[in-house]
Amino acid sequence: MDMNEIKEIFFQECEEQLAELESGLLRLNDGDRDPETVNAVFRAVHSIKGGAGAFGLDDLVSFAHVFETTLDCVRSNKLEPNQEVLKVMLKSADVLADLTNVARDGGSVDQARSKQLIRELEALANGSPLPTASAAPAPVPAAKPAAPVAAAPAANDQGFMPVAFSFDEFGGDESDSADQPTYEVVFKPKSDLYTKGNEATLLLRDLSRLGEMSIHCDMSNLPPLEELDPEAAYFWWKISIKTDKGEDAVRSVFEFAEWDCDLEVSEVGDESAVVASDLPMQPVPFDLSALDDEGDASAAMAEEQENLASAQRDEAVAAAETASNVLQMAGNASRAASESAKNAAAAAAQNNAQQASSAVAPTIRVDLDRVDRLINLVGELVINQAMLSQSVIENDNNGTSSINMGLEELQQLTREIQDSVMAIRAQPVKPVFQRMARTVREIADITGKSVRLVTEGENTEVDKTVIDKLAEPLTHMIRNAVDHGLEMPEKRLAAGKSAEGTVKLTAKHRSGRIVIELSDDGAGINRTKVRQKAIDNDLITADANLSDEEIDNLIFHAGFSTADKVSDLSGRGVGMDVVKRSIQALGGRINISSKPGHGSTFTMSLPLTLAVLDGMVVTVAGQTLVVPLTAIVETLQPEAAAIHSFGATQRLISIRNSFCPLVDVGRILNFRSTQANPVEGVALLVESEGGGQRALMVDAIQGQRQVVIKSLEANYTHVPGIAAATILGDGRVALILDVDSVVSASRGHSLQLEASLAAAG
Amino acid sequence: MTDLAQNLTHGGRELIAFRIGDQEFCVNVMSVREIRGWTPVTPMPHAPSYVLGVLNLRGAVLPIIDMSARLGMKPAEPTVRHVIIVTQARNRVVGLLVEAVSDILTIKDENIQPTPDVSSEFERTFARGILAIEGRMICLIELDAVFPHSESEAA
Repeated sequence: MDMNEIKEIFFQECEEQLAELESGLLRLNDGDRDPETVNAVFRAVHSIKGGAGAFGLDDLVSFAHVFETTLDCVRSNKLEPNQEVLKVMLKSADVLADLTNVARDGGSVDQARSKQLIRELEALANGSPLPTASAAPAPVPAAKPAAPVAAAPAANDQGFMPVAFSFDEFGGDESDSADQPTYEVVFKPKSDLYTKGNEATLLLRDLSRLGEMSIHCDMSNLPPLEELDPEAAYFWWKISIKTDKGEDAVRSVFEFAEWDCDLEVSEVGDESAVVASDLPMQPVPFDLSALDDEGDASAAMAEEQENLASAQRDEAVAAAETASNVLQMAGNASRAASESAKNAAAAAAQNNAQQASSAVAPTIRVDLDRVDRLINLVGELVINQAMLSQSVIENDNNGTSSINMGLEELQQLTREIQDSVMAIRAQPVKPVFQRMARTVREIADITGKSVRLVTEGENTEVDKTVIDKLAEPLTHMIRNAVDHGLEMPEKRLAAGKSAEGTVKLTAKHRSGRIVIELSDDGAGINRTKVRQKAIDNDLITADANLSDEEIDNLIFHAGFSTADKVSDLSGRGVGMDVVKRSIQALGGRINISSKPGHGSTFTMSLPLTLAVLDGMVVTVAGQTLVVPLTAIVETLQPEAAAIHSFGATQRLISIRNSFCPLVDVGRILNFRSTQANPVEGVALLVESEGGGQRALMVDAIQGQRQVVIKSLEANYTHVPGIAAATILGDGRVALILDVDSVVSASRGHSLQLEASLAAAG
Repeated sequence: MTDLAQNLTHGGRELIAFRIGDQEFCVNVMSVREIRGWTPVTPMPHAPSYVLGVLNLRGAVLPIIDMSARLGMKPAEPTVRHVIIVTQARNRVVGLLVEAVSDILTIKDENIQPTPDVSSEFERTFARGILAIEGRMICLIELDAVFPHSESEAA
């Protein structure tokens, strides 16, 4: 593995950490005060800094360092994570992401912006110091001392001075203790520590450089030889160290092992040393009563203990959920902790629990190509299996042979394999949603509006291809929502709304599709303006009679924008039609509903995967076609009385007293030269873009089935009216109907014309 | 023209010869992936007349071109005795319907004669040379010109 590969892995991990960072900050922004959330955020920045340091990415390191220092103030409760603070932090997360991208892809960052943020972060870190004691576990000494330290100021001030010390003093001299505080360190490595190549000996040796220390190794967890797991960690250490370097220095020794061990560092006075020395025998981390008389310091330490306990709990959750052998080696103390952690986790909000589980679920990175190859192969398998069962059925009249039963089992297995393989490609929409949070922040900044993004259902899973192609239209729509949808704060207040606008983004599964909804609580669509604009642009005639819905849908027309002035963000008129086209290209639909004064809602419905499709198999002029099931509203057998001629060639069918144009699929696809008799066929009522319904005439329905989508373009060209192809059980190719293009062809746009336009474009 | 013919056959001087009506044609064997029998195809809407339809080739959708119609002769009436030559060019796989595969030829470049200067569409579009083998005349076909997509790309 060469350096570049390692670097690539680092950047991949950075992406994950950045996502973690942003989601953590957003949770804090929503009022979550769980110390674990703060820890997660801190961890993310810390990991990025660590990795960046290893690769010598100085810009990244220095920014991450300042960011980390400020976060540390939050972690140690010196800084209240209020809206103001979080705003700076979210911006910092954006800059950190930019810096990471620049480090990977080259280019330049907005230096002024990052410098400004560094100043803001430093101001936050220095701004509101609480006069508390030693509990400032900054893993790296801050450039400027984070806060005045009350209990051990002398020690910390001396921190950077060379101090000579003698090993003869080992044993604890009273007078020395006054100068040099004693720290009690309980260091319980987990097996992860060793798998990551750390070694306890080295850490302890480093620690010994800080001052005199005595080490006690606890071997009580060591199981009998036959039960011993050679990879597990059984020993733990209790170290008592006298140092004038301060607690920070002690902690920094364990900086890179911090997450793979249970670490407790506490300062002890001489009188409490006796109590503390009992510590290793107790599962309780610390006896706080011993410190009561130390006032503020003990309060701070109590908090510190809490933080540690929660860190420990986090590890315990991880342990509990990953593997039982981790539990085994974690020893009694963390076993007890894991018990309580489990309870806590159960009690915690559901998304937090999901958070925890997603954080620990073991994953592997696989090339997408390999997954795709597997998906293709499984597709072949499904087709082959269908062909096999069909030929068996044809040759086996009674249908009871053991071959038949075996085939049925095979069918179930292949279906299951197909589902599992598809699940490999399925990913939560979360990363896309998180990117939208940034878009909202940036646009809000530029437009001077105050916007809050609420997301729901981020863990809804959908095929990776769909996710990848979703980001662009969604960004466009979010921009529109903030730029056009929401009003300026003054206007909002005047309308009796809160100054802060809300944009809500939700995802959910609904009947085999993913539905993504984007709503704002802005002014809604200005229908008079839209109508006027459409008339100006010759999209409609001045006397056109349009329903509200039809007017709303005008915004999806090419070259349409209602913004009075064209801004940098949107309003260039390449917006919604592009959005609509990219959603349609994904096999999706988009709808808009708007209430004047209350805002607009865009609803997108997308297929979960682009590889399979539920379809209705129909016969048209002797040919077998597949109609996507999602397009079909209902099927009906037309009666002669319901068919009405309309002009020379058009025919309408009356359905429950409304008239709906009949579209002869065979005619449109040129399969036959004369119109079929509707009474002999079946009508499929389809919902098309723009809300209108059409009745597609086919000759007969063969049934419903799931089909594997095969590209026609791969070896041939795009065919107007046809979305793709599939292979049926008999091994023949069947074409999948492109309902929307057939419907628009029936509106008078010739399919051939569209094809030539597509070729020209 | 001889230079062009040499380039075309460079790297493989084996050709596969097939028969349509009373004429014989050949293509470079390197572009032939397999030869299979005729099975009914699924017709494509709005397709040129020489595209018979598509076929399932082990999961891939394979367009089938009627070579007879493509070369300007009368459209074929496929029977089970017809043969599909599966060819590949420019990452696309296309099946060519012919009456029969007649021969596999190993030739030298100097055996390829330039196409005679006749004023016909066929000569300009498809023919890249002619071969005289044992008293027969075999016409070397340019595959790229046969595929429908190459037309639209040129347009």
